[in-house]
Parts: sequence; C-alpha cells; structure tokens
Amino acid sequence: MSQAKQEFLARSKEFWNPGKTQDWIDMGVDLVIDRREGYYLFDMDGRRLIDLHLNGGTYNLGHRNPELVEVLKAGTARFDMGNHHFPALARTALAEALQRCAPGPDFKYTAYGSGGGEAIDIALKTARHATQRRKIVSIHKAYHGHTGLAVKAGDHRFSGLFLSEDTNDEFSHVTFNDLTAMEDALRGRDVACVIMETIPATYGFPMPDEGYLPAVKALCEKYGALYIADEVQTGLMRTGEMWACTRYGVEPDIMVTGKGISGGMYPIACVLMTEACGGWLKEDGFGHMSTMGGAELGCIVAMKTLEIVQRPEARTMVGFISDYLRAGLDDIRAGFPDFFTGIRQHGLIMGLMFNDPQGAKPVMKRLYENGVWAIFSTLDPSVLQFKPGLLLNQGDAEEVLRRVAIAIEQARGDVMGNRKRMV
Amino acid sequence: MQAEIRTLVDISDSDAARTGRADMMLDRARWAASIFERYDRETTMAIVDAVASCAHDHSARFAEAVVAESGFGVAAHKKIKNQLTARPLVDFYRDQDFVNARVDEPRKIVELPRPAGVIFALTPSTNPIATLHFKILMALMTRNAIVISPHPAVRESSVAAANALCAAAEDAGAPKAIIQILEEPTIPMVEAFMQSPKTNVILATGGTPMVRAAYSSSNPAIGVGPGNAPVYVDATADIAKAAQRIVASKSFDNSVLCTNESVLITTPDVESQLNIALKSANAHICNDDDTMRLRRFLFHPRGFNVEAIGRDATWIAQECGIRVSSNTKILVAPIARIGIEESLSREKLCPVLALHVAPTRAAAMAQARAVLRLTGAGHSAAVHARDEAVIMQYAGLVEAYRVVVNAPCSQGAAGFATNLAPTFTIGTGFFGRSSIGENVGPQHLVHWTRIAYNSDKDEPFGNYHGLGRQFRGPLATAPADGVPGTGAPRPVMAPQTSAIDGATKDELRRLIAEELRDLLRK
Repeated sequence: MSQAKQEFLARSKEFWNPGKTQDWIDMGVDLVIDRREGYYLFDMDGRRLIDLHLNGGTYNLGHRNPELVEVLKAGTARFDMGNHHFPALARTALAEALQRCAPGPDFKYTAYGSGGGEAIDIALKTARHATQRRKIVSIHKAYHGHTGLAVKAGDHRFSGLFLSEDTNDEFSHVTFNDLTAMEDALRGRDVACVIMETIPATYGFPMPDEGYLPAVKALCEKYGALYIADEVQTGLMRTGEMWACTRYGVEPDIMVTGKGISGGMYPIACVLMTEACGGWLKEDGFGHMSTMGGAELGCIVAMKTLEIVQRPEARTMVGFISDYLRAGLDDIRAGFPDFFTGIRQHGLIMGLMFNDPQGAKPVMKRLYENGVWAIFSTLDPSVLQFKPGLLLNQGDAEEVLRRVAIAIEQARGDVMGNRKRMV
Repeated sequence: MQAEIRTLVDISDSDAARTGRADMMLDRARWAASIFERYDRETTMAIVDAVASCAHDHSARFAEAVVAESGFGVAAHKKIKNQLTARPLVDFYRDQDFVNARVDEPRKIVELPRPAGVIFALTPSTNPIATLHFKILMALMTRNAIVISPHPAVRESSVAAANALCAAAEDAGAPKAIIQILEEPTIPMVEAFMQSPKTNVILATGGTPMVRAAYSSSNPAIGVGPGNAPVYVDATADIAKAAQRIVASKSFDNSVLCTNESVLITTPDVESQLNIALKSANAHICNDDDTMRLRRFLFHPRGFNVEAIGRDATWIAQECGIRVSSNTKILVAPIARIGIEESLSREKLCPVLALHVAPTRAAAMAQARAVLRLTGAGHSAAVHARDEAVIMQYAGLVEAYRVVVNAPCSQGAAGFATNLAPTFTIGTGFFGRSSIGENVGPQHLVHWTRIAYNSDKDEPFGNYHGLGRQFRGPLATAPADGVPGTGAPRPVMAPQTSAIDGATKDELRRLIAEELRDLLRK
C-alpha cells in the first residue's frame, strides 16, 4: 500500500467511518476508487478492477457513461435542481416517460425522492394513505434502505443498532416464498401493503418460487392490501425485461426504482403509482415534499438512462451476457462443486453460492486480488452477488470468467485447506 | 409500450451520442460473432441457404421498392440482380469450406479458419439490395457478424431488406442480431463506426470520399474505386454480337453497375458496320449538336449530374432536347478526344456511351489505356475480338484487373456473364489504391491460423484426419429462476466432432469423484 493511500485511509478513519474503513482492510479489500470508466474501477494505487457489484445496479450502464456525462453537462447549461414545489419541465417529462414503460396499464403518477430509501418511504406513506391502514408486511432479511420507515421494513440488522426498529407492531416480517405465513400476516385485513424486493438483493438473491409472487399479489387483493414492488436492484432491463415483476407476471400497485435510474451520475429515485393509490396527490398535493427529490438535472439523466436501456441492443445484450456467463460459471463450478455449490440467476442478476456460511468473503477477497470487484451478501455471506452490467462486452466477459476461475480456486483453498481438485 | 421520451436536452449531435450508439451496435455484433464462430459447417450453411431463399423470395418486392424510393433504375433488371446475388451466389461458393480445418500433409501444416468478427459494410444507392445480399451472404458463409450502413437515398428499402434477412437467419438458428443495419446513416455516424476499434473490417462500397474515409479510418478496409470501363471493338470481332452485348450491358439497369462500359473505342474499318449494328440494337447515335447537349446536361462544374443516374435513355434525351425514337435503349455520343478535356470520357452511370474512333489498332489501345488513366483505375475493361494476341496486348495495357471478352461488361466483370467470382465489390487493387485487386469474396473475410510443424523429417506430422475443432454451437439459454418454463439450461448442441464432448466430461468427473471417494474410504 502506498504512503499516500495509508495517509488517506487514516484520514477516512479520522473523519468519515473508522469502523467500515478498518473492516474493509481486515477483509482484504483495501479499495479506494480513483478513476473509473465503463466497467473498470481503478484503485488509487493503480489496481484495475472489473466492476461486478455496480452498487446494486447503479452502474448498470457503466461508470461515467459518455452519453450520460454528455447529457448532464448539456443539462447544466439550462437546468439546476429546480424548485420542487412547482410543475417542472423535466419532472413531468420523466413521469410521462416512466408511465410509458410502467409495469402495468394502470400506472399514472410518479413521485420523486433523491434516493431509494426516501422513495420507499414515499411508497409506504402512499399505501397507508390509500388504504387508511398502518400495518406493513415485508420479508425476513429484506433490505429497503435506511430512512425512517424503510429501515423498519428491512432487516433488524440496520434498525436495532439505532433503536429504530418497529416498536408499535406495525411492521411484520414473513419468510420469503412462504405463502402460508404471508396469508397469516394479511388475514387481519389491517395491512396497508406488502413490500417486496422482487428478488431480495442483500439477502443473496434467493429466487422466488414459481408462482410465489403472483400468489402474493392475489392475497393482497383478497385482503385489501397494496403490493409495492421494490425494483431498485431488479429493474431497468437487468432481467431482460424493463421490470422483473413483469417477468414473474405481477402488476404491482406501486413500484419503486432507484440506483440505476440515476445512471450513476445524479441521485434520483422514483415511485410509480396507479391513479387509485395516488389519492394524496389529489387531496393534498403538498402533503409530501422533497427539495432534492426529482431534481431536474436528475430527471434529465434518468430520461437518457431510460432511453438507453430500452434500445433493442440492450435487450439482446442481456441475453448474450446471461447465457455466456452462466455457461462459463457452470464450467467453473464443475471443477469445484464441493465449494461452489450453486448459482442463482435471472438475467444479469446472479448469486454464487458457496459451501460455508461466510464463504463469499474469501471469494470476494480473492476476486479483488485478481482484478474483479464483487461483494458478498450482507444478510447471507455464503452468497456472492454477481452483477454484470448491461453493456458488458464479450472481451471483458471472457476476462471476468478467466479471473473468477482463478479466484474461486484460491478461495476454496483458503476455506477448505489446499486439497487437490476433484477433476 | 413504446419508449418516447420528450427531449429537453438534445445531445444527438455529439460525439458521445454517436459513439454510444455505435458502441452498443458493435458490441452486440461482437457478441453475435463470438457465438457464430462456434457453429459447424452444416448449421452455418443451413443459415446461409435460409437467408438466400428469403432474399430470392423478396427480390421483386425490393427491386420495386428501391426504384420507387430512389427514383431511378429498372425494376425488372434489379430483380434479376437481386436473384443472382441470392441462390446462385451461394451455389458458386457452396463447395468452398470456410469452417473446417484444412490439412496439408506434405507441408505438415494445418490451417484453422478465424472469422474477422464484426464487418461494417456500406451499401450504395445504385445496387442497394444486390450489394446487401452479397455482403450479408459473404459474412454468413464465413460466420461473421455484419453491420450495414445503407445509402440514405434507399434507406427504407435497405432497412426493410436487412431486417427480413436477419429474421430468416435467426429463425434458421443464427445468433440474434447477426445482421444489423443503421436506421439513421448520417456521415458523422458512419465515421464513428468506421473509426471504432470495435469494427474488425470495413467493406466500403460507395463514392470515393467514403472509400478514402474507410482507408484512413485506422481499421482494415476493403474498398472499391469507381469504374470507367473502356470497351474496344476490334476488326476481328463479331460486330453484330458485340453491338448487341454492349447495348444489353448499358441498358441493364440503366448502367448503374460500376462495371458498365463508359467509352467505346474502335477503328475506321469497323466504324460504319458497328454504327449500323448499334442502331439495330436500339442505340441512338448522336450528332455533334446532340453530343454537345448531352455533355452539358451530364457534366456540371462540380461533376456528374446525379439526376441522370440510372435514368432511361429516352428520359435523358428528352431532358437534353434530343429527338429519339421511343424504343431507344442507349445514347451513343461520338467524341474526338479522350482525356481531361473531354468530360464524356468519364464514368457515366447512365445509358450514355461515348464513342471514339482511333486511326489504328495501336492508337485504339493507347486510347483505351488513357480512359482508365483518367479515372476508374483498377476496375474494368472490355474487348470484343477473336485474336488472342490482340486480347493479350489489350489486357496488358489497360490498368484494370478484369478484362471481359466478347460479353456485356456490366454483368461480365461482376462475374455474372463470365466465370469470374460473382461480386458486388470490385477490388481495384494497386492501380486503384485498394487493398484487393480481385472480385471480393468470402475468402477475404476469414484469416487462417496456420499450425506449422517442424519441417525436419525426423519430426513426424500428427494425424489430423477427422479431428475438427470442437464446434460447441449456440450457447444454452440461461435459466430465469422462478419464471415458469425456463428451467435448467437446455443446451442446443450441434453435432460434436471432437471425441470428448461435454456430457462425456461430466461422466468422467463423476467417475473420478466416485473413485476418489472409494479410495478415501479404504
């Protein structure tokens, strides 16, 4: 580690986040990102990494995508964040664009936040207003962000620490894929909404069982609750369709998109809702406000992002990348099935499963050493999140597989002792 | 739902936007090519044949479409060109194998074909669909991906044709988007593609500036130059047949093929008989006044009058105020000089043929050489004669890489009335500052890896018979967990030529694992 980096890390501990800074060093990932472009990150000491973390899909179109940089620069010649009170050229234009690609014909309004957590809070408040009920049902090990309501809907790991977990019995959690538990939670007809990451990300992308999500939607309808789809990680063509809930046959009542819609250039998150859910927008339009939410510059970038991901080339690329990486990962797994135990996949959303409750951490470390950046799942560290970008080209994909093969073999040695390979 | 996004900030005229769009198309092409190169010959030819059939079936429809869209050409002739560049083209190359390894026992060399990858191909307004058919089929035969840039004058027809052929290719098992086409071919956009390092080779057909741009792009380019074919009718020729063939050639699609005859050269002993024969073949021989009008109409200070490209002889005559009979197929304009001072000695992509009478055979040949020294170097020339020495002398003098004998030059030089390789990309070679001097064909889109053994006879060559590279074929579709009907990968395997395929490897692993477990138990 260079002198400059050591000094920088010392300052980070001093002024930013000592715990996190040290944890990364302990895990063997001393990454300080300096230059970044396309799917390459460059550590301040020079190491190049191929980004397969993408900040949860934020960098779906790569880092500093030239078209997004250009549109933001050009946008600043005319716009700034705008005045959040007034109807704004860019905000309405984006709302129209979102309505046109929404996961259902009944979608109408878009409300804006500056980040995913804030958008989730808007969605939850919308549901409570629309149903005049307070209860919120979410999944064990869910992750919806760190703002007031969102953090209660998520796993206790992020709320308890701050004495901010639910203490009013308003938030209940049920096991993913368990319809009986879901129905039990809804039976009292006092639930405003079920909020669901279409594929729970921080939990390691466990995939919904066939028919689970449509059944949840049906239960919501039966018991008068709304279905909120958290598409923050699964949206924007990453499953080969604009929104993953469409792939599973679900038309939600409310949908949240964040991360990738910002293009990685300007913070923005969006809540799409049907006319029926958007009552507060008519009754009391001033009821929710957000100075930074739906900033006009963010809307400009978001519109360009939407345009790019809906190009016909994008959809075909998802197919090629998914198929190619799956084939390559299957080949790698065949070499170490005792350690690399499984692959979860839907399009570009993948979870690699390892035979150890903390197995993804050594894999992450070895990948880092071998020039690939991918992160373990915080709420299930036996799974590595594996998230190629929408525009990953064949050359880089091939590079990724080559490096992953090396890294997994090394990680296996770390975890299982240096046993000989089976084949 | 269609994406229609109100553009408040328009960056479409920026390099970033152009490169962004070009990169997406080129990256997609690279993906498609990387999969196509895993295909075996059987599957590849099935795809080629399916696309050729589709091309054949649409020949008439697209011939009419381009004439309607561009306003010139002869639909009936374009239909013929479109058909010729479909099945007959594939049949010509059917026995050439660009997929399997070649084994050269005596030299102890094995050659493996490696497709270029991503081809960026320009198609013209003169022969839009025929060139499209040609370039697409060449690419598919050699397992390449292709991105086409259509000429704006025939953009809609070209886009429709390319999309139809791509659908046919995909239905026959080709990787998705193996054929792509620019829907908005602007010059800056075309330059972005040409200059991108993601383009493996440029197939440039079109005006000289485009071809020069391709060569300066820092990418490998196969360019063509303009033609300006001299046709020499010798005293030993069958004059009646020569006249018929020349008229047929010039009137075929109204001379839009770059291989068409530009200047007819003969000697005084042939002249009157030739003129009579030309008239019988429905040529109108112009007088001096007609010729002056033609010269003024066809050549502006800036160059050839593009309004005249591919137009009927009768239309041109009318525009010039020249009275001709209604069955006139071509106009013949006598010229006293050949060279820079006579614009009619330049290329005319319309049914107007300049006619020059030189005093002797030697002078005639010198004039023919001069025609190509003016413009059209490396392209085509024609001769009608029955004296081999004359033909040899002529061919050695003219700076052309194809000399058509006793045949219409339009079709002949392009390989459709001779046994030259059929093509719509005429290599103009060193004379014409091009990298290729023959009719471009599929062999130019593949390079070969040569495995070369120690030549010492004590080092034995291997036995490569029956041993092909393993053709893994298309990729299996990845599962989409939780979506009904998209379960575990269902591989679509092409017939394996290697001894150890994937299934056998899996079985081997299982057996080895079992053995190990047994060993450990003991």
